Amino acid sequence: MLPIAEGFFGFVGRRVLPVRRGIHDAAKLINTTFYWTVISPLRGKAIRFRASISEMVKAGYNSVPIIAVISLFVGIILALQAAYQLKKVGALIYVANLVGVSLTRELGPILTAIIVSGRSGSAFAAEIGSMKAAEEIDALITMGINPVRFLVVPKLIALMIMVPALTIISDLIGIFGGFLLATTVLEIHPYNYFQQSVNALLVKDVFTGLVKAWAFGMVITIVGAYQGFKVEGGAEEVGRRTTASVVASIFLVIVFDLFFTTLFYYFT
Amino acid sequence: MDTAIDVIGLQTHYGDREILKNISIAIPRGKTTVILGGSGCGKSTFLKHLIGLLKPTRGKILINGKDIAVMQESELNEVRRRMGVLFQGAALLNSMTVGDNVALPIREHTKLNETTIQIMVRMKLDLVGLQGFENFYPSQLSGGMKKRAGLARAIALDPEFLFFDEPSAGLDPVTAAGLDELILKLRNVFKMTIVVVTHELPSVFMISDYVIMLDLGNVIFAGTLEELRAADNPRIRMFLERKPEQETYSPDDYFKIIAGD
Repeated sequence: MLPIAEGFFGFVGRRVLPVRRGIHDAAKLINTTFYWTVISPLRGKAIRFRASISEMVKAGYNSVPIIAVISLFVGIILALQAAYQLKKVGALIYVANLVGVSLTRELGPILTAIIVSGRSGSAFAAEIGSMKAAEEIDALITMGINPVRFLVVPKLIALMIMVPALTIISDLIGIFGGFLLATTVLEIHPYNYFQQSVNALLVKDVFTGLVKAWAFGMVITIVGAYQGFKVEGGAEEVGRRTTASVVASIFLVIVFDLFFTTLFYYFT
Repeated sequence: MDTAIDVIGLQTHYGDREILKNISIAIPRGKTTVILGGSGCGKSTFLKHLIGLLKPTRGKILINGKDIAVMQESELNEVRRRMGVLFQGAALLNSMTVGDNVALPIREHTKLNETTIQIMVRMKLDLVGLQGFENFYPSQLSGGMKKRAGLARAIALDPEFLFFDEPSAGLDPVTAAGLDELILKLRNVFKMTIVVVTHELPSVFMISDYVIMLDLGNVIFAGTLEELRAADNPRIRMFLERKPEQETYSPDDYFKIIAGD
């Protein structure tokens, strides 16, 4: 009996302890990141402004084309799929409502977040991971420079601003995609479509979408940085961690999406 | 002996494995101390403790009389400002030019204006023989030049202590000798306390004033070069005469090992 119990507890322990350590490390990273983003600027240790701008260009500006193209296509697809059902009941004009509301509330933020996790989340993990492997992180520490302040905070600020900004672009271009299809293939009058969209959309639809996008930006940065700092050893570990960061950040983005959507459903 | 760093009863573990076992040494001020030892003897781990990257399981690391093992991060950063470290791969930040790398500690820790910083950067690069390379990226430099640039960054704030992790690893003999010369110059001109971790014997004989030898996590020798040459400890002799480790088991034992019981 005793060896079986021992084996069982050993099994549970071996599975649970690494998870506990992971949670501890992640909590520590979140704590330090927010300390250096929120508290330390109040104590006179400024945020690296230029680095933040450069991260914004890399993560935000450079992903505008891909986000624009994908959003345009998704807008068209949504309009087509909506029309497929709505024409049966002769309510084609409601394509505008469906495209507008689903893009601003849901698809705009989530599409943007998924593209940004693929582009920037993985880049964060790879950058920090290869710096860890090349002892550059150790070098920063011995120079008395906190690596979280130096590397993570500019990225966090960049994504907190750029993911909502990209979401706005994605919303607009997606709606434009729906508009293009509706006015040509579905032969809805442009002015009617426009009026219908404006009437359907509420400020809160757009606003809740942007709140989500802001949270997704934080999730992507933290996951990328966490995986990057976890690298011990060489290049293959960097590759493994980079992949893990994309998988984990897409997963967590969806978990947070569920959370926020439920919250907004009951409280707005 | 005027000591700059005192290590008392240092013991450390990686997981359950004991890496350093009760190390007590003193590092003299204004001299070059070489920490010698074979691969896996714990010398790099020991260096990481001296520069505050790792915390010991037990023991004290006194730098100018203050224990860095129990310091708060902010206090430790004050100590680190007086330290320069040259890592094995130089550890230059690849996203910045050489000039920005050297300027980084100055920009972070002082409020000097940009012109002064640029002059300081040029002075430091000139000192290591890299004048005119400010605008190069680390990836455009050779291994030896990277180490020199790393050294320029390490001495940017005129540190009291300078630490080297395997300075001649991966360099050809001529370049390595050049780096050794630079280490001698820094000690003679700036009176820095220098600690070098290495296993390169030619380098040891050229630069060291004081030698500490580690073996399997223990200190087996501490003294001057002459004392090292005269030492009769078999482990030291093996190291100095480049002899391989003796087979420690008989053929019967070997059979037991490979049979797995």
